[in-house]
Amino acid sequence: MLASGVMGVSGASLKYVSENGAGAVVSKSIGPEERKGHPNPVLAEFKGGFLNAVGLPNAGVENSLGELEFAQKNASCPVIVSVFGGSKDEFVDVAVKANSIGPPMIELDLSCPNTEVDFGKPFATSCDDAAYIIREIKQRISTPIMAKLAPNVPNLAEIAKACEDAGADAISAVNTMPGMLIDIETKKPVLYNKSGGVSGPALHPIAVKCVYDISRTVKIPVVGIGGVTTGKDALQMMMAGATAVQIGTAIYYRGIDVFRQVCEEMETYLKENNYSSINEIIGAAH
Amino acid sequence: MEYPKMVTVDRVEDEAAGIKNIFFKHDLQAKPGQFVMAWLPDMDEKPFAVGFQTAEEFGLTVSAVGPFSNTFSQVKPGDRVGIRGPYGTGYKLEGKKLVMVGGGYGTASLALLADHALQQGCEITFIVGARSKDLLVYTERIKQMGCTLITTTNDGSEGMQGFTTDALEKLLSEQTVDKVFSCGPEKMLLKVAEVCNGKVSCEVSLERYMKCGFGICGHCCVDPIGIRLCVEGPVVPGETALKITELGNYHRVQSSRKETL
Repeated sequence: MLASGVMGVSGASLKYVSENGAGAVVSKSIGPEERKGHPNPVLAEFKGGFLNAVGLPNAGVENSLGELEFAQKNASCPVIVSVFGGSKDEFVDVAVKANSIGPPMIELDLSCPNTEVDFGKPFATSCDDAAYIIREIKQRISTPIMAKLAPNVPNLAEIAKACEDAGADAISAVNTMPGMLIDIETKKPVLYNKSGGVSGPALHPIAVKCVYDISRTVKIPVVGIGGVTTGKDALQMMMAGATAVQIGTAIYYRGIDVFRQVCEEMETYLKENNYSSINEIIGAAH
Repeated sequence: MEYPKMVTVDRVEDEAAGIKNIFFKHDLQAKPGQFVMAWLPDMDEKPFAVGFQTAEEFGLTVSAVGPFSNTFSQVKPGDRVGIRGPYGTGYKLEGKKLVMVGGGYGTASLALLADHALQQGCEITFIVGARSKDLLVYTERIKQMGCTLITTTNDGSEGMQGFTTDALEKLLSEQTVDKVFSCGPEKMLLKVAEVCNGKVSCEVSLERYMKCGFGICGHCCVDPIGIRLCVEGPVVPGETALKITELGNYHRVQSSRKETL
């Protein structure tokens, strides 16, 4: 599936990704009110991947419902809605409002690394905060909830367990890893926000370990995210315990139809190794 | 590598009131119609079409319309600017008898295309329009290149009175043309695409708020088809432009909220 934050700005962009082989798409995160995000540059490349700090731009939940309905109507796959809030109660409020269009699942962006100046530390750094948000949302709506977690915590499995105990239906892991790139001529960080989140191949082994650790601890499904570019990368994620995989940055490396390519590569592997179902490799590395 | 390369401003030329051509000594190797992201550290980074290019240098046309372009148009020789790109589709040269339809500073990228086309032995009629005579741009450059120039002004202060598209319709009714290329205000581009639709092949260069420039962020996806104008555009066939219903109606601002044009 398409990872949140990449493409996914509008209903039409989600539809466009769905036409290129994605099994599901996740919208860009939607917050309580309109937010500009950071000025450019918001993305820069380095030899292991990309650094981004887009800063959660969005039109606000009220203005976004039409976009999401367009996606639901026109995309050829399920459209998962990603939400965030500056405070815990705002988070709950946005999730409830977004739920009004009847999404098949809501992903909670508890872990954006690029908005600390505005919102403080991500909620995914605290078992209590993450659990509070999930509990409050689950009390109000019955739509499945997926909690998106951050890699840069010492107790990731514990946080995932707290999410599961609070009622989360799935965990998606991981968000980007904080990083910085400095331009040596101007002696300034390249991104306007100075720091950003690392995505792409450099994030992959970190994400595989996170998925491995989480899936040993929780019983709910884990969706693997981080540097998946090829079918082999996706297979690693699934062997680590993921039941599904999200792709974002790889659109740059392999084009918009990377979803189709990765699925084909996975199928080839399964066929060559005489597996009858993808389920046979999930968690195989444990 | 998608990372700004610092290049030095070589010279700045005035084109018209509020419009400047900024030149950099750098072999960019862009195709006509492609754009670059220009970075002013600590401020922002915005897309600009390449308007001039030789093996030694390239030039961008900057119209001072907002805070960024105001600052950018005040750069001086020796200043350093970050450049990423070139990005996007370019114009696709086909046929021998071509028509260019340019409005305002959009004319620059078409003039670069005309440069290439003339080298390949094409015959070019270049229609340039503006509200009035003093706002006409690039007319000297186009004449010197050896194109047939038709100017239009809304007030009739120079050339034909009316719009560029009036001149285009007249031309297409009088002669056979292989392809039409257009860059300029959005409503003009739509009209060009409509005039050409079903009659003659045409390409138009579109503009939307851009962030990454290389197809990841999704900000420049257009309704309802969802293509990315930084990768599948900015130059698109006229038929594609006619499928983009937001053209002439609204665009998305930095947050992604729709704003009426």
